[in-house]
Amino acid sequence: MDTGTFRGLITLILLIALLGIFAWTYSKRRKKDFDEAANLPFADDSDEQPARDKHASPEREADSRHDRGDKNR
Amino acid sequence: MSTALEHPTYNYKVVRQFAIMTVVWGIVGMTVGVILAAQLVWPQLNLGLPWTSFGRLRPLHTNAVIFAFGGSALFATSYYVVQRTCQTRLFSDKLAAFTFWGWQAVILSAVVTLPLGYTTTKEYAELEWPINILIAVVWISYAIVFLMTIKKRTTSHIYVANWFFAAFIITVAVLHIVNNAAIPVTPMYSTSIYAGAIDAMVQWWYGHNAVGFFLTAGFLGMMYYFVPKQAERPIYSYRLSIVHFWALIMIYMWAGPHHLHYTALPNWAQSLGMIMSIILLAPSWGGMINGMMTLSGAWHKLRTDPTLRFLVVALSFYGMSTFEGPMMAIKTVNALSHYTDWTIGHVHSGALGWVAMITIGSMYHLIPRLFGRTEMHSISLIAVHFWLATIGTVLYIAAMWVNGIMQGLMWRAINADGTLMYTFIESVEASGPGYFVRLIGGLFWIVGMLLMAYNVYMTVKRREAISQPAPQAA
Repeated sequence: MDTGTFRGLITLILLIALLGIFAWTYSKRRKKDFDEAANLPFADDSDEQPARDKHASPEREADSRHDRGDKNR
Repeated sequence: MSTALEHPTYNYKVVRQFAIMTVVWGIVGMTVGVILAAQLVWPQLNLGLPWTSFGRLRPLHTNAVIFAFGGSALFATSYYVVQRTCQTRLFSDKLAAFTFWGWQAVILSAVVTLPLGYTTTKEYAELEWPINILIAVVWISYAIVFLMTIKKRTTSHIYVANWFFAAFIITVAVLHIVNNAAIPVTPMYSTSIYAGAIDAMVQWWYGHNAVGFFLTAGFLGMMYYFVPKQAERPIYSYRLSIVHFWALIMIYMWAGPHHLHYTALPNWAQSLGMIMSIILLAPSWGGMINGMMTLSGAWHKLRTDPTLRFLVVALSFYGMSTFEGPMMAIKTVNALSHYTDWTIGHVHSGALGWVAMITIGSMYHLIPRLFGRTEMHSISLIAVHFWLATIGTVLYIAAMWVNGIMQGLMWRAINADGTLMYTFIESVEASGPGYFVRLIGGLFWIVGMLLMAYNVYMTVKRREAISQPAPQAA
């Protein structure tokens, strides 16, 4: 196999991998995981109180963790 | 700074440092840009000195805005986002601090060596080999801090913004090291290990992927966190964000040859680069639509929230320049646009409209939170900054469109006997009014950045005032 054919095959494999990723992404089974992941930026919202309040009661932060995006654990 | 307000979990110190330096380097880099714009209107402003000549200040401007302003913004936001979405502290405080001081050292050495005339002559990779080694060390440290933080996350998922940041960090490491492979000759001079058309192709593989990964993937990481955050709703489609990510990184890698149309690069490579550049429109617009649609049902927030306006207008400019880019990569269009001011206009529609606006929007979200406030000192100053930045960008790119198309048409115009209709200097003279409008656009930007600096200063100052009366037992 010459270099050109080898490179062509690599490109083909990458193309198939990309299409595979698309299929994986849009499979129904992923929906729950993705909904969780999409909410990760909001998982520690309670954290965003003015710093003064937060530091008065550091344990509040631990309480807030129940609503974090990761619900699989 | 008082440590009484330190976050119990996260390392905000390094984020604060990078956030402040984002504003500082933004002002420095854009000021150099305005000086250059003024030199093109009044050439005598180069003062007749070698150190202040256009050819030496131009790389200083590009390095300062891309790597100092953009780089600091990327460090700040990536460290902030990775901690908050992985719900864990940065991997190593010491290594994170090293990335801050190391990066500032890189920038300062650029500020010194570029005006002195030390350059590899590679665009966006002008710095000489000792500085390149420092960049590589700092960047690998950055990769370690970022990736190890993801590894020790307490959440099960890796949020999509972190995918974009990780791709940006890893790819820039590869690009930087490969493109700067050189044989040192003297302490401040080296020659590339590549030769001829290969050297050109390696350079623009680097150059275009610097656009694709430094200025696009990194800032898309910002977009995927700060747009949902500021709009207070999750991203429109998480699925689309995954498709966006993989399609973007797989296609961007191929687009470099469009910088070398009609050169000694083999014709098939030029055509391939053109086709892949056109395909690139699809993932780019997929990402833009994903960001925009996040606002569906929340468009009314734009009326009251200038920070969100920055983020949304950044996405609009992203959509516009990622349409313009593929169009300019078409060889027949490129035959008109190449080497003209149209290219400069295109770059700034991306750099000011997308990169700077998404950065500024993110900073207005980030900075109050880093300093224990809920909002910036003045919301109305953000609104003023927004209009200054938007009008400045429009003036800039409109002036460069007019200049660029005019230059392209003048250069290709021929008389019946086949001789050129215009001399080069005639096209330069005709560009004068456009250069003046561009200068005004740049001044709008500088005024906006100075307002931002004042607003940030007042936000930080008030935080210190608040912390005084209620000291915590640390």
